Amino acid sequence: MNPKITRRRFIKGVIYSAAAAVPGAGYYVATAASSRPAGAVERLISINVNGRTRRVDVLPQETLTHTLRYRLNLTGTKLACNRGECGACTVMINDVANYSCSVLTQQVKGKQITTVEGLRAADGTLHPVQQAFIEELSPQCGFCTPGQVVSAAALLIANPNPTREEARQGLSGNLCRCGAYDHYLNGVMRAAELIA
Amino acid sequence: MSSHDVMPDMDLYQPVQVEDAISLAARLGDRAWLLGGGQDTYGWLKDRAKTTEALIDLNGIESLRGVRETEDGIEIGALTTLTEIATNPLINENYSLLSQAAGRVASLQIRNIGTLGGNVSQDVRCWYYRRGLDCYRAGGNLCYADTPEGMNREHALFGASRCVAVNPSDTAPALVALEASMVINGDEGERILAAEDYFVGPAIDIESTTALREGEILTAVRIPSTWANATFYFEKVADRNVWDFALVSMAVAMKVSGNTIEDSRFVCGAVECKPRRLLEIEAAVNGRSHDGASAESIAATASAGARSLAHNQYKMPLMNNLVKRAIESV
Ligand SMILES: Cc1cc2nc3c(=O)[nH]c(=O)nc-3n(C[C@H](O)[C@H](O)[C@H](O)COP(=O)(O)OP(=O)(O)OC[C@H]3O[C@@H](n4cnc5c(N)ncnc54)[C@H](O)[C@@H]3O)c2cc1C
Ligand code: SF4
Ligand code: FES
Ligand code: FES
Repeated sequence: MNPKITRRRFIKGVIYSAAAAVPGAGYYVATAASSRPAGAVERLISINVNGRTRRVDVLPQETLTHTLRYRLNLTGTKLACNRGECGACTVMINDVANYSCSVLTQQVKGKQITTVEGLRAADGTLHPVQQAFIEELSPQCGFCTPGQVVSAAALLIANPNPTREEARQGLSGNLCRCGAYDHYLNGVMRAAELIA
Repeated sequence: MSSHDVMPDMDLYQPVQVEDAISLAARLGDRAWLLGGGQDTYGWLKDRAKTTEALIDLNGIESLRGVRETEDGIEIGALTTLTEIATNPLINENYSLLSQAAGRVASLQIRNIGTLGGNVSQDVRCWYYRRGLDCYRAGGNLCYADTPEGMNREHALFGASRCVAVNPSDTAPALVALEASMVINGDEGERILAAEDYFVGPAIDIESTTALREGEILTAVRIPSTWANATFYFEKVADRNVWDFALVSMAVAMKVSGNTIEDSRFVCGAVECKPRRLLEIEAAVNGRSHDGASAESIAATASAGARSLAHNQYKMPLMNNLVKRAIESV
């Protein structure tokens, strides 16, 4: 469609490439396109997901959702809007909630990623948020649930004893198409009690 | 519109020194795109509405992060996240106008990664343009929003020149109210611009919302102590409290003694392609104390001179009423 080349830049480009059409001048463009430029990132990297170091082949422009779901098979993280408008893809990066559809995997090298799969204890005991969401029947269809769980867990790390209003703020970046918001809030408040 | 899970191929650079970022930006010119939190960037690239050959990721540059006290106020690194700005004690204590504005951007997750530099340098949110149509701002020959059939409910009341889009940044009006200055670095050294001059309308540059030149990086924002601990008023009106951009916002700094507003700066967001300073309101307000009637009559002039489009007249009473509330808050 419309790349960063606008009409004015295009005109500048035409002027430039006309000047560059002298013999030999096209060489620079060919090299830039065919090999990795100096200083650009490596593709084979290590990332830490749910306490394990994973070695993955990651494109420079790849989002974390893509790496988690399609390279590491961690499909608990949902991809819905893919543009920062719903929260279904929420994961924790160093204990802070983020939209994994809107973070590059190359940016989380050296950080701790926690997905919904990483919340239960090694012996299988559910995370207090997961337990509380079951007890409060928080989800309706369940599609937004992994994101709600991760946002609630991140909130309780930063603020283990939130007021209902603080919990509302903490979950406000997670859309629920079923409108089960109050049930999720009940779940967060119960989870805070379970933790205390 | 077709949506793509994966962005097209591009190179990614992750410099850790600001000097390296500057020389990369200078070397790559318009073939590269600076990356802060990416929350404005990825939409463009996923939709293929704009493309780039390379991203220069600024997040690894530690010296661009954090809030420092200076002799005359504070300096905020351009890569500081909006969450940090909303919660930082130094900013909250003295310049809460900015923390309030930063705390109203987008959603919690976006604020956790979105940066101040990206917030003040973001592109407009006109959906025709973002969809990749070849309008004036995209280098074409017409404006799709300013037509009899156009959807222009979010668009400008003032300062239009071919393009009628508004600047969508929530922090921009607060920074103009606080008389912030923007520290810009490039190949040719450092220059400092008043926030008021950093944001530009389409008459000056129809392709960019800022005065940044190609290859330049915003490295910091400085806030002088001029308005430290003043009386502040911030309000953002949007369709939803989360995710949605301002329909109109109002950032006001006032020096109040007794009941009198001695001095003030009234800055309105989302009605022009740059934050709109309301000089006439300031002149009418300053040096007086106000009751409901005088607030009402002064505020009624806030939107004077507006040139509304088919669907955005509602922004005029909204502007007036926000000014009234700001005056009445004293
Ligand atoms: C769903 C959604 C809702 C949103 N709602 C709001 C809202 O309510 N209010 C609001 O203000 N914004 C909103 N935004 C816009 C935006 O994402 C955020 O404002 C965010 O702060 C942008 O910062 P960033 O660092 O992520 O930007 P980036 O995408 O990294 O950068 C934005 C632009 O600025 C340039 N840039 C970044 N850093 C620098 C620098 N240091 N020097 C020079 N240029 C730089 C980039 O090249 C790019 O062109 C929303 C975005 C989304 C996706
Ligand atoms: S308002 Fe500006 S960005 Fe939108 S269609 Fe018109 S020219 Fe393009
Ligand atoms: S899929 Fe990431 S916010 Fe919707
Ligand atoms: S439970 Fe259905 S979307 Fe939230």
